[in-house]
Amino acid sequence: MNAIPPPLGIVCELTHRCPLQCPYCSNPLELARAGAELGTDAWLRVLDEAAALGVLHVHFSGGEPTARKDLPDLVRRASANGLYTNLITAGVLLDAAAIDRLKAAGIDHIQLSFQDVIAESADRIAGLAGAHERKLAVAKAIRQAGLPLTLNFVVHRHNAERVPEMLALAESLGAARTEIAHVQYYGWGLVNRAALLPSRAQLEFTLQVVQEARARLAEKMVIDYVVPDYYAQRPKACMGGWGRREMVITPTGKAMPCHAADSLLGFEFPSVTDTPLADIWSNAPAFRRFRGTDWMPEPCRSCDRREIDWGGCRCQAFAMTGDAARTDPACALSPDHALMLAVAEGRPEAAPAFVYRRIGHAPASVSAEPVPAEATV
Amino acid sequence: MNKAVSETVVPTFPPGVKFRFDSVRNAWVLLAPERLFMPDEQAVEILKLVDGVRKISEIIDILAARFADTPRDVIATDVSAMLHELAAKGALRL
Ligand code: SF4
Ligand code: SF4
Repeated sequence: MNAIPPPLGIVCELTHRCPLQCPYCSNPLELARAGAELGTDAWLRVLDEAAALGVLHVHFSGGEPTARKDLPDLVRRASANGLYTNLITAGVLLDAAAIDRLKAAGIDHIQLSFQDVIAESADRIAGLAGAHERKLAVAKAIRQAGLPLTLNFVVHRHNAERVPEMLALAESLGAARTEIAHVQYYGWGLVNRAALLPSRAQLEFTLQVVQEARARLAEKMVIDYVVPDYYAQRPKACMGGWGRREMVITPTGKAMPCHAADSLLGFEFPSVTDTPLADIWSNAPAFRRFRGTDWMPEPCRSCDRREIDWGGCRCQAFAMTGDAARTDPACALSPDHALMLAVAEGRPEAAPAFVYRRIGHAPASVSAEPVPAEATV
Repeated sequence: MNKAVSETVVPTFPPGVKFRFDSVRNAWVLLAPERLFMPDEQAVEILKLVDGVRKISEIIDILAARFADTPRDVIATDVSAMLHELAAKGALRL
């Protein structure tokens, strides 16, 4: 059997704790409690194993990764191992001193999330009063420390009109990179889909604004744009293909091919506490299950895009059809594409209230889905 | 894009961009936020000369001396195209 190329990146979800409660959080509905989190030594070992395996980028994420007191120690080890260290944070727990500690530890880049450009709206989405003001101060402190900054804006029906102001804010704060990312509808985003899904007109507006800004800001700011699948003709190559480029480690040490894979009922994900990372990557059934193209059904199997989008998102196929091994319904060639269209067409005129992301707040109707027979490994 | 940037510019790796050798893949890699570049052999030779001090013209001169049977013009065009391409992707500053 051929050796499998090593992963390029690893996402370390250090904790599910977070002072914010964004209704589109990509964390699973069953959030891990603090007592169940991996300890410092376990994470240090993961970082050593990742570097030896050939990982190049490490993303410290969560939840809110700065809620972990040992974050600078983890950054220091990753950096000493030659890994590119990226912090993905909501920022509200940071101050200038904490940023200096991270810088001294060797952090390479910080990605700071914003909910909107208007404080009142931003704080309502985050479910935390004063969050926006703090983030502005933190963005300035990051730049003052001389660290490269990405601003991340998650876009949906409540803020899509303000993408021009989002880009202007990023520019004024000196961000070298900006993400304009539509909500991805799994995890809490799926629970809140009716409250968040933009209209087609909103989507087209955001795309146009991004294209104009890219032309205007070439060589000055990199702008990444992520679409929602609901108006798409072709799916995204989720994580660059299952088990192909990335690995996600949850706060309790479960290793998964993507953030949302926890939602795939009937899957067993190995733990970094008892299995070496290299062994997981090469041999774990959950990583091999959808790797490459052998698992594919038609129409993917004979499609010339099969090594471009890898059949799309397994979690989306599962969420919409109950079978993770079907073509992503986001694809217009999928026999299930009508399910996707029906959601877009059935988008409510008035947005329902948010279900905020909180430990123990998952709606029972979502967390108690039946186990489909075909989703087993 | 802005092909007119003069050869007196000093190219640098901006903060957040790292050019290093990866011993697992036995290859040079250029790492940037959410980006990974695997430069080809020719690009590696150019990027190894980016030190935050040398001007583009000096990089071209070194390569022209090393590859004596290639006209300087040709090297200059290649170097400039490669540097601009990376600058447009945020991986280099000109
Ligand atoms: S049929 Fe499959 S491989 Fe082809 S575009 Fe659709 S999802 Fe991609
Ligand atoms: S394809 Fe599925 S498994 Fe992959 S990231 Fe998307 S949601 Fe996750």
